[in-house]
Amino acid sequence: MSSQTAKLKVDPRDGKLAMAHFYVAFIALALGGLMGLLQTLVRSGKFELPWGIDYYQILTVHGVLMGLVLTTFFIMGFQYAAVSRTAGTHSPAARRIGWIGFWVMTVGTIMAATMVLLKEASVLYTFYAPLKAHWIFYLGMTFVVVGSWLDGAAQIMTYAKWRKENPGKPSPLLSFMAVINTVLWIVATLGVASTVLFQLLPWSLGLVDTVDVLISRTLFWYFGHPLVYFWLLPAYMCWYAIVPKIIGGKIFSDSLARLSFILFLLFSIPVGFHHQLMEPGIDPAWKFLQVVLTFMVIIPSLMTAFSLFATFERFGRSKGATGLFGWFKVLPWNDARFTVPFIGMASFIPAGAGGIINASNQMNQVVHNTIWVTGHFHLTAATSVVLTFFGISYWLVPHLTGRKLTKAMNKLGIIQGWVWFIGMVFMSGAMHFQGLLGGPRRSAFSTYGDAAQAAEWIPYQIAQAVGGSILFLGIILMIIIFVNLAFFAPKGEEEFPVGEAENLEEKAPMIFENWKLWLGITAALILFAYTIPFIDMIQNAPPGSPGFKTWNSW
Amino acid sequence: MHMHKFEKIWLIFGIGALVVFLSVVGVSAFYLGNKPPSCLTTIDPKKVDTEAPFDKPGLNKVEGKEWDYELVYVASAFFYNPGEVEVPLGAKVKVIATTKDVVHGFQVAGTNINMMLEPGYVNEIVTTFDKEGEYLVVCNEYCGTGHHLMSSKIKVVK
Repeated sequence: MSSQTAKLKVDPRDGKLAMAHFYVAFIALALGGLMGLLQTLVRSGKFELPWGIDYYQILTVHGVLMGLVLTTFFIMGFQYAAVSRTAGTHSPAARRIGWIGFWVMTVGTIMAATMVLLKEASVLYTFYAPLKAHWIFYLGMTFVVVGSWLDGAAQIMTYAKWRKENPGKPSPLLSFMAVINTVLWIVATLGVASTVLFQLLPWSLGLVDTVDVLISRTLFWYFGHPLVYFWLLPAYMCWYAIVPKIIGGKIFSDSLARLSFILFLLFSIPVGFHHQLMEPGIDPAWKFLQVVLTFMVIIPSLMTAFSLFATFERFGRSKGATGLFGWFKVLPWNDARFTVPFIGMASFIPAGAGGIINASNQMNQVVHNTIWVTGHFHLTAATSVVLTFFGISYWLVPHLTGRKLTKAMNKLGIIQGWVWFIGMVFMSGAMHFQGLLGGPRRSAFSTYGDAAQAAEWIPYQIAQAVGGSILFLGIILMIIIFVNLAFFAPKGEEEFPVGEAENLEEKAPMIFENWKLWLGITAALILFAYTIPFIDMIQNAPPGSPGFKTWNSW
Repeated sequence: MHMHKFEKIWLIFGIGALVVFLSVVGVSAFYLGNKPPSCLTTIDPKKVDTEAPFDKPGLNKVEGKEWDYELVYVASAFFYNPGEVEVPLGAKVKVIATTKDVVHGFQVAGTNINMMLEPGYVNEIVTTFDKEGEYLVVCNEYCGTGHHLMSSKIKVVK
């Protein structure tokens, strides 16, 4: 890495923008977490919402805040800082675009949130046409997406500048990874932007009368799966390139890390049909083809697992650990910056296995739209990803605010990680079991007319409320730590850890930076997986659907 | 680009397992007929009540087909028609369903019957009811305020 551009510290002007993102993200965490707690309490059957608040309204708030606001704001803030740290301070132009992006996203969030609170948009964050929300909700969502593009553009500009100043050299690993994730996000959001701009907005404004439901769903899920990889890749950035430095080890292989990110870019988009396996109107052969493409991401996941554990083992052995698993004991378990992301990493093993079940044709039939699926993504997104984000905050927030992670906060961070883990074992575990019995997701408490089968799964809903309460305690702890690190921790220097590769002689092949090639293959795979099914959908389209508002207003 | 020998072994093993797994899923779908519900028939959602077979919801005996009965459902916010049905034990049944308004789910708890109902499309699944008892049909796709109240019952009787 060339020393002129790589600064040890993120420039304070860049730090300010990153922190602006984190404030919004952690406010979303606090409010979204409260909604999550209320949901589990309602589903226990022991509690009813006061003041005419509707279960599906808080479900929409929880989904939008946690799935879109917390994630997008945190990721953009983190990647913006990571590019600044590794490829050099952003130019004033890039920083200005970043700020515009931040404000556009924030305004969009406020617009959408207002409509949800007014009960004009209880459509959940997956939209569900022909349920029709207020047009301001859709416009707000468009702003969030467009704002994130601007935020991403700032990162790409600084990456491009570095490449220009360092011809023939592979870019810094963290910047490369951030740009891959930004590109993934831009390609993926084209789908949701299309359904919102060309279908839902004109329809909610009354310019057109009907909407093609299957096309809207297909465009949504074209976005909906890469969305989860957009959440996951920043966690992988931390695991691959930051955790090795925290433990005092080395990155196992810089080149293989890049290769796995490229594979994620290629194979996370042309796979949306695995969310639509139970839907009419799509030929089963095309569904199967996308199932096969879905499973291709298992390859970079296996590579990741190998690299991470190789790093851990080599570090352990360098400390004199012996035996097959002796290295495990010498890992720095008393360092929250390591332990908390590690809990996330370990959770990804059962989470990934569950994902394989969900994406398989036949097994999906057993679990589709049951609360099993909710249990699944509370392991992937709400444990692996979120705990890693928390782990990142423990050093990044004080780094940006010029403070220190104190011993007390470090200890509280570790406690927070374990509280989260225990809460999730209860909640996600109970969700998985209930789903196997057939309990549906996204549903308020119901005995279904005192049905015997429903009586069997209600005890699991009580377990979920116990887990949800423990998790809410975890959120309170996290908010305390965040506020401390942002405003009250003692002044000082906290390191932004950036790992080094074990073998510095081995440069990453320049073909990895050939964007024409990778974008070309990405586009080709998308066209291959979607063109014919899409033409089928348009040619054989049924009459369009008018809008419905099947939820109560205030 | 150098790849460690152990990583090669790990990846060959992993990719091999992946190929076996996908083959099992594919063979099951296309040779054993366990394809997910993917009916391609369309219907005008405004005319559901007057078009066959949805003009006669419920269990209908059929002749000369691979299945003995057709079990026809019409879904709308927030109920299924029929609300309760009796099916003879061991009967091979084709479940045919559609929706008159928004997207609904159709899941028979404790079985593999699980499909999406979308306006404009018919969906169907062939199944054999080979266990006696009362089965709960639930809507498992969010459809509005009464989503969690939307259910039906299938009684499998001797």
